[in-house]
Amino acid sequence: MTDAVETKSEKKTKVKKEKKKGRWTRRGFIGAGLVAGGALVVGVAIRPGDRTDKLEKYVAGEGEHLLTAWVKIAEDNTITAIIPHGEMGQGIHTALSAMLAEEMDADWSALNIMEAPAEKDYANFPLVREFVMGGKSAPGIVADTLNGAFLGLAKTMDMQITGGSTSVRFTGVSAMQTAGAAARELIVRAASETWDVPISELRTAKSRVYHDGSKRDAPYGEFAVAASSMKPNLQPTLKARKDYQLMGQSLPRVDIPSKVDGTAQFGIDAQVDGMKVATVMASPVHGEVVSTIDKSAALDVPGVLSVHNLGDFIGVVAEGYWPAKMGLDALDVTFTTSASDAVSQETLFAQYAEALDNGKRKTMHKGGNVVKGAEGAARVIEAEYSVPFLAHACMEPMNATAWVRDGKADVWCGTQNPLGTRSAVAKSLEMDIENVTLHTAFMGGGFGRRANPDYVLQAVRLSKVSGHPVKLIWSREETTRQDHYRPAVLGRFKAAVDEDGMPLTWESVFNHEGEPKEASDIIYGIPNKKVEVVDSPSHTRLGPWRSVDHTQHGYFTESFIEELAHAAGKDGYDYRRALLAGRPRFLKTLDAAAKLGKWGETLPEGQARGISIVESFMTICAQVVTVDMTGGDPKVLHVACAADPGFAVNPDGFEAQMQSGIIYGLCAALYGEISLEDGAVVQSNFHDYEMLRMDQSPKIDTVILESDARLGGGGEPGTPPIAPALANAVFNATGRRIRKLPMRDLGMGAGS
Amino acid sequence: MVQLKINGKPTQLDVDPNTPLLWAVREQAGLTGTKFGCGIAMCGACTVHVDGEPVRSCSTFIGDVEGSEVTTIEGIAQPDGTLHAVQEAWIKHQVPQCGYCQSGQIMSAVALLRDTPNPTDGDIDAAMSGNVCRCGMYDRIRAAIKTAAQMPKVVGG
Repeated sequence: MTDAVETKSEKKTKVKKEKKKGRWTRRGFIGAGLVAGGALVVGVAIRPGDRTDKLEKYVAGEGEHLLTAWVKIAEDNTITAIIPHGEMGQGIHTALSAMLAEEMDADWSALNIMEAPAEKDYANFPLVREFVMGGKSAPGIVADTLNGAFLGLAKTMDMQITGGSTSVRFTGVSAMQTAGAAARELIVRAASETWDVPISELRTAKSRVYHDGSKRDAPYGEFAVAASSMKPNLQPTLKARKDYQLMGQSLPRVDIPSKVDGTAQFGIDAQVDGMKVATVMASPVHGEVVSTIDKSAALDVPGVLSVHNLGDFIGVVAEGYWPAKMGLDALDVTFTTSASDAVSQETLFAQYAEALDNGKRKTMHKGGNVVKGAEGAARVIEAEYSVPFLAHACMEPMNATAWVRDGKADVWCGTQNPLGTRSAVAKSLEMDIENVTLHTAFMGGGFGRRANPDYVLQAVRLSKVSGHPVKLIWSREETTRQDHYRPAVLGRFKAAVDEDGMPLTWESVFNHEGEPKEASDIIYGIPNKKVEVVDSPSHTRLGPWRSVDHTQHGYFTESFIEELAHAAGKDGYDYRRALLAGRPRFLKTLDAAAKLGKWGETLPEGQARGISIVESFMTICAQVVTVDMTGGDPKVLHVACAADPGFAVNPDGFEAQMQSGIIYGLCAALYGEISLEDGAVVQSNFHDYEMLRMDQSPKIDTVILESDARLGGGGEPGTPPIAPALANAVFNATGRRIRKLPMRDLGMGAGS
Repeated sequence: MVQLKINGKPTQLDVDPNTPLLWAVREQAGLTGTKFGCGIAMCGACTVHVDGEPVRSCSTFIGDVEGSEVTTIEGIAQPDGTLHAVQEAWIKHQVPQCGYCQSGQIMSAVALLRDTPNPTDGDIDAAMSGNVCRCGMYDRIRAAIKTAAQMPKVVGG
């Protein structure tokens, strides 16, 4: 690898003088050029500054030319899409490649796909911009300024993150489609000059240019050299939806064949010559460190090579995972003590309640005047809701393989944040980032957990102190107890309603402010609102969990609005419709879910439906749950899901994401709870942190709605509506309002 | 030294007999398609067949399967590479997302279809509920099992 990079660098310097200058555009920078002995690079980079000469060395092999930052072309006309996001099952490699191939008219069946290396030049610039912009388009006149400002931010934050349902909607549109269209235009113009025919007479299909008049056609590769002398169109025209041939098709996912025959390579499958295997234990109370350790029993275990006290954790390095685990289990360890040891689930929620009572409040969202608005109200309705910490429970336990030697480090792992991980490794080892090479692998689940590189840094440190290449594998118990959890949240809600039961005001206050900020806002037309947050931290580590703050706020908001509907004596569906008047996308989505879920049709005794609607990551998702309560436990029979993401690039993939998000959220609603006792996480494995299984899994029907809205996300929006839809269904069946999750704790026996 | 057959091949593994079959298969035999999920037989990611029966390899000692025939995900396709009907059905229904649990899911499904060629929903629930799919692809797994049941022949396992 190192040798190849050097070769490329040498080649690059020879030809650098011929590089063309690029220019700013509203979309970002597009630049082209660079020829050397037939070797071509045409750069189309969606960021200021021409990066393609820098990028080429990372991704281009012999006889291959980087056509854009996101695509390279070989002399035999094979085209490779370069995808700057990790594959964790969301089908992103397939979807983004299809977006590029669509605009480029590339031959999908011959398209290769590679994951972008963890280089700053591939930092997720569009993601940062959209995060800061809150998903809104910048007015054209200020966009250049914004681009400049946010590029700096992107680089500072080392963002190359797969998360926030951003891949398709940001990278796909801003980078893949634009780059594909620009590349195609260059090739067509080159063909026009080479053949001396007007551009208007040329057409493209499957990586070839055609001139029907003279019955000529040729592969894209033939025009690559000619294209290099041309200035790219800085604002290429993207196709109209009606002209899509790949986007909107359910293309089979490229990663699936390897996932049915055992050949898919996950992080845990890394194999390095001379590699040893380690496992670790950190303090069960987060933030505490090793106090005393007796290594002797561990070192007596056959196969154990060494035991390392690294302060914040202990690692056992052995010939295999099993001796490492036996060694760790045999260790006699104590950890330091702190005030955190006194924290339990009860004290934690008491702390939140105190903060809600007396803490300093910060306004998140405001409209009208809730005091004046409540004057003359017929009734005031209040309720308190809570949700616990949640673990991610990725099927693949946390793991990473590291080899630190000779001032360099190699790391093999699955990560949602390759560049941030590489940067953190460099910082941890006090090395230049250039000396750290990251080899990414498939992730056996991410859900936000693998955005944090803590497990990678442990592997790196163990390799450094042991002198071996080390594959670190966390036990399931460590994976459960050392997670970065979805926050535990207490929320209070208050609404003043008029004589018809329609809300005049909406007030809420809760602990924990995370992302995205709009999660705690309401979609309903209520004239006066005040949404506030208090800060009430604990020692327990927090992190993004599928749909992030929308999980708790979706549940809170959609449950409380149902309480208002019930108090008004109105049907939850009708009540929402009234409050969504003038918002056609919401109404259409709600109506579609109601229709699919047979809202209003008679059900057998003991069964009922519940409805909810949440917009997250720019996708609107409504769900109708049918539940059977005759056994005492909620038995979820059916979920009807309607979603409007604007447009689904891969409809089958989008549907799979809805199914997945629903099961993930349903599991949390029924069983999910991480609780604290003596400051430590109580749960450890799947016997006490239960997963939803085949026999508890409902039939799910999904309808995807198209609209003219910008592309919304797919990975997360299925999750937030399911808990409130289920809770509302349970209420409709039993009259019991579920104000605390999970439902297992409510004495109904859910979860057996 | 433990002797057994893995995917039809006589194999000798230099491993402590009290090592779980999972780690012997992954680390000694080098077959990494079988996955570690929980270590306590609660998730099914490590499912392999021992003499045709699905077992959780994380909780089965290698010493206890001495002389047995072990089949892993790498061993269910035909020697010429033709996929098992269950694998074909998994692709047709685009079952895997992250894919980590799917070796175990497929091994459970192969065993189910061998014993019960036309399984009911209840049969599928009973045979598959030991296998967790955190990506929640249960609908697709169920559909794929039914499709595989209709395919010309279900072999192997």
